[in-house]
Amino acid sequence: MEIKVLGPGCAKCTQAEKVVREAVAEAGIEASVEKVSDILKIAGYGVFGTPAIIINGDVKMVGKVPKKEEVMGWLR
Amino acid sequence: MQERSKLLWIIGLFAGAYFIPWDHEIMRRSGLEAFLMLQDYAREHVLTCLIPAFFIAGAIAVFVSQASVLKYFGAQAKKVLAYSVASVSGAILAVCSCTVLPLFAGIYMRGAGIGPATAFLYSGPAINVLAIVLTARVLGWQMGLARAIGAVSFALVIGLLMAFIFKKEDAARTAGQFYLPDEENPGRSLWQDAGFMLVMVLILVFAAFARPGEGDATIWQFLFGIKWYVTILLLGVLGLMLKAWFVQEERKAWVASTWDFMKQIAPLLAAGVLVAGFLLGRPGHPALIPESWIAGLVGGNSFFANFFASLAGALMYFATLTEIPILEGLVGAGMGQGPALALLLAGPALSLPNMIVISGVIGIKKTAVFSLLVIVMSTAAGMFYGSFFV
Repeated sequence: MEIKVLGPGCAKCTQAEKVVREAVAEAGIEASVEKVSDILKIAGYGVFGTPAIIINGDVKMVGKVPKKEEVMGWLR
Repeated sequence: MQERSKLLWIIGLFAGAYFIPWDHEIMRRSGLEAFLMLQDYAREHVLTCLIPAFFIAGAIAVFVSQASVLKYFGAQAKKVLAYSVASVSGAILAVCSCTVLPLFAGIYMRGAGIGPATAFLYSGPAINVLAIVLTARVLGWQMGLARAIGAVSFALVIGLLMAFIFKKEDAARTAGQFYLPDEENPGRSLWQDAGFMLVMVLILVFAAFARPGEGDATIWQFLFGIKWYVTILLLGVLGLMLKAWFVQEERKAWVASTWDFMKQIAPLLAAGVLVAGFLLGRPGHPALIPESWIAGLVGGNSFFANFFASLAGALMYFATLTEIPILEGLVGAGMGQGPALALLLAGPALSLPNMIVISGVIGIKKTAVFSLLVIVMSTAAGMFYGSFFV
């Protein structure tokens, strides 16, 4: 599973990354978590708002910090 | 940070401590001015102006749905709407350039194109609530109003000009799929949200109500006399609204986002005030930089003074709001009103580091045209404004 957290480095983006990593650890799933900070790459995904979370190429959430339960839901 | 750059920092600090003539009278005076100016801000502007403004900014960030604004930036959105929303959206969407740039890139590459994107890029940092409120408070309401009007109209004109100049390239651009922030149903009507914001703005207006002069109309004298009663009444209304219309989680989110803004902006602003005080001093009190230099460079309302202020503003980086104390110091030391507005219009929207990031998105040619437009228009606006207010 391939997870990307998009965000240039604001407080919310760091928080989103942390939540995702915690959820992955808790779920015990084999998954790569990548933080994308490059503005051009973020824009390339077409998200209007950060942080955004992309799992296996699907945009799951834009513009807010997810709750851990939500992330667990996507991981299943 | 690399070990080598740490070493360079320490050597630099040591050299400063060792060689700078701190004992000299000018250095003593400047150091004192820095803290006197900080105290001035703490006493005059923090409680009645900045803190209410932070709460308003926090409320905007949490309660105004971003998706409802951003949908106008899609590739299929009507052009008229895209431009008008872009030129005022800075008030709603952003307080610092770190959120503006990704959105700008998104609008440019996937959405409505270069015109609305540059309009948004310009308006984003220039017309946010905090900046306009503090400008009006510190530099006078005329300057606050001129800044707001200037920023909105500049955003429109610059966006339209960019779209016109780069019409061909824009047509060749492929717009693609884009994703808006998720919307939540807040369980409140729009007028409830608007009323909530209005009460907060009124609190800000009354709490920061300046003492009217002797000759002013009786209505101002009367309003000044009752300002604290009105403020307390309004606070009561705000409390009732919070209890009746919002759930616990929303109230928490509001306080959290206000706190985020405060953490992000207040330290930088304090540092900016200290630097401005050290270099320029409070109005009427000279500090490190001789007033004759400032009056010579940006005094009066000549073309050169306005152009110099625009260019300097465009190249320099101002952290959110720090442009205000620096301008206060400059105006106090002899800068003209026209050049001051020119700097306000060119300053926050552009900086050297900013230009480099922008050119990574839209290329060097477009960035150069954008910067040039900002500098030329700011110079013109400064000369125009300066011919009315001296």
